[in-house]
Amino acid sequence: MTLTSSASVGYRGKSWQLTDMIHQAPGFHALSDTLIELTEEGHPIVVGTADLKYSNGLVTYQERYPDRFVQFGISEQNMVSAAAGLATTGLQPFVATFASFMSLLTVEQMRTDTAYTNLPVRMIGHHAGFMLGFYGTSHHATEDLAITRSMANMTVLAPADPNQLSALIRETVSIDGPVYIRVARGRDPEVYTKDDASTIKIGKAVVHAIGSDITLIATGTMVHPSKEAVAQLNAKGINAGLIDMHTIKPLDLDAIMTAADASTVIMTVEEHNVIGGLGGAVAEVLADNGSPARLVRHGVQDAYVPVGPPTHLYRHLGLDADGIAAKAANALRAGK
Amino acid sequence: MPPEAVGSIAEPPQTDEVALTAKEVAALEEKAMFVRTETVRLISIAKTGHYASTFSCAEIFASLYYDVMDLRRGQPDWDERDRFVMGKGHAAVGLYPLLADWDFFDKSILDEYTRLGNPLGDHPDMTIIPGIDFSSGTLGHALSTGLGMAMGSKITGKPFDVFVLLGDGELHEGQIWEAAMSASHHQASNLIAIVDRNQFSLDGKVDDIIGLEPLTDRWASFGWEVHEVDGHDIAALTALLRTLKNRPSGSKPVVVIAHTVKGKGVEFMESELGWHLGWLDDADEEAVYAELAEGLKK
Repeated sequence: MTLTSSASVGYRGKSWQLTDMIHQAPGFHALSDTLIELTEEGHPIVVGTADLKYSNGLVTYQERYPDRFVQFGISEQNMVSAAAGLATTGLQPFVATFASFMSLLTVEQMRTDTAYTNLPVRMIGHHAGFMLGFYGTSHHATEDLAITRSMANMTVLAPADPNQLSALIRETVSIDGPVYIRVARGRDPEVYTKDDASTIKIGKAVVHAIGSDITLIATGTMVHPSKEAVAQLNAKGINAGLIDMHTIKPLDLDAIMTAADASTVIMTVEEHNVIGGLGGAVAEVLADNGSPARLVRHGVQDAYVPVGPPTHLYRHLGLDADGIAAKAANALRAGK
Repeated sequence: MPPEAVGSIAEPPQTDEVALTAKEVAALEEKAMFVRTETVRLISIAKTGHYASTFSCAEIFASLYYDVMDLRRGQPDWDERDRFVMGKGHAAVGLYPLLADWDFFDKSILDEYTRLGNPLGDHPDMTIIPGIDFSSGTLGHALSTGLGMAMGSKITGKPFDVFVLLGDGELHEGQIWEAAMSASHHQASNLIAIVDRNQFSLDGKVDDIIGLEPLTDRWASFGWEVHEVDGHDIAALTALLRTLKNRPSGSKPVVVIAHTVKGKGVEFMESELGWHLGWLDDADEEAVYAELAEGLKK
């Protein structure tokens, strides 16, 4: 494997320490700024984190609204249950920690205290997938979509970029029940302009194009490289399309079936185990509808991801633009 | 350690102003007995239930629901009501009759306890049972959810207190101590926890399974104001809870260790491990009703 240097988005080429992290992760400005705006507009927001306010940038929210910010310390389970209690008093709590801890350590609190009770708690799992690359498997979240989407009442979102994150958070205001929001690491390239993102609706996929040969259905961080992969495929004369499935639940069945009816191959792309996540969800839809479209599930193939910088891991797992395009081309060849 | 961060084992409060009249005591004793007889009746419908776990907290239920908590008849969603969160959700069978008695739902609903289509299960569901302030079932969550409510009271400016009933076995859960640390740090002074110290969990004596002592010191070291009381002495229990509810707003959360007897009120169940869960046949049920009635006369 040839290792290429990482993109180093946001690094300033000089020494840095913890409190500088927010400058390295401009994508998280969208999180705090949107929550600040909603609070200013009078929404009953309260924000909590479990000793990660520099990692998720919520320190910015705390500085603006110290009385609406709760520092829970390293007690994620207490944080999620307490957020449920806060929600019973008419507040809309947003609580955040690494996606691995949110989805695995607090899974029972999410299920029993927020989903079963159908309370408006927003759980933000950031640095999802293997965005904490060399921190290792304890810090990787490759099961969170499978876990959260199997909880009744739960809405599951995976925005593709900071502008979509901002727009989706704004959209959650009208949701009465719990929401799991899978977030990247704040260094994510833009897919959408602010204006484009502002028209987003929860449960309605963004259909970039339907391809007669192949349509990629990507979610979260995989939308950007999939878009590049589609351009590569089109340049080779392959009719490829792309659907951005930012809402994993409720899933946009119409968008999936439109693609299934028009495309020879459907390929899901996710930074997640192919079991139970977007790939599993799309497989369920195709099977339920008796679709003859061939499905390829691209993502983590039921394995633990090795350590390494995220960009290197994307290349290693074929989840960068080149890898996604190659997987799609292979799928089409295999089908002929 | 700075002194303000340290909890304290409090002196018994001066009870002169909060002392109950004989009439009040008798009325509350009757309500506690109502909890027990209704528990027997409802479990006879379900054919399985937690008699002994409910009997140990019957006086706590009665004291809270008929004296201490601010509630409004027929208004389970009143914004400023005091909240009650039950960690040991398996004692809900004794709470449901009180909620119906407050006209939060129709009493006839009790008659179909646990039957398909009825909202009342062994553990309470806030989404379908009016008057349940939080669902429970998994031990260890309630102090956290209660803490969230107590914080919410301060953020929203709605003045209410939050009472959380914890089993003593439940204190083995790690999340309890996460919440305990968090509550004192965040000065949740409107959070009042009551530990039903009935000494038993499912497999045996709590302290044989995992020792809890020194329990008062443990809570105090987590920054809580700690009180101890006989959980079946309804006069003392109620006087204490009245004092705590009306105390000047301090900075510490409060815990009451209520010393109780598992199965209290029925001799063959008292501190008898097996009656954590069970069912009474018709003859035994009649005998239990008679014993409970006799107990009230004494």
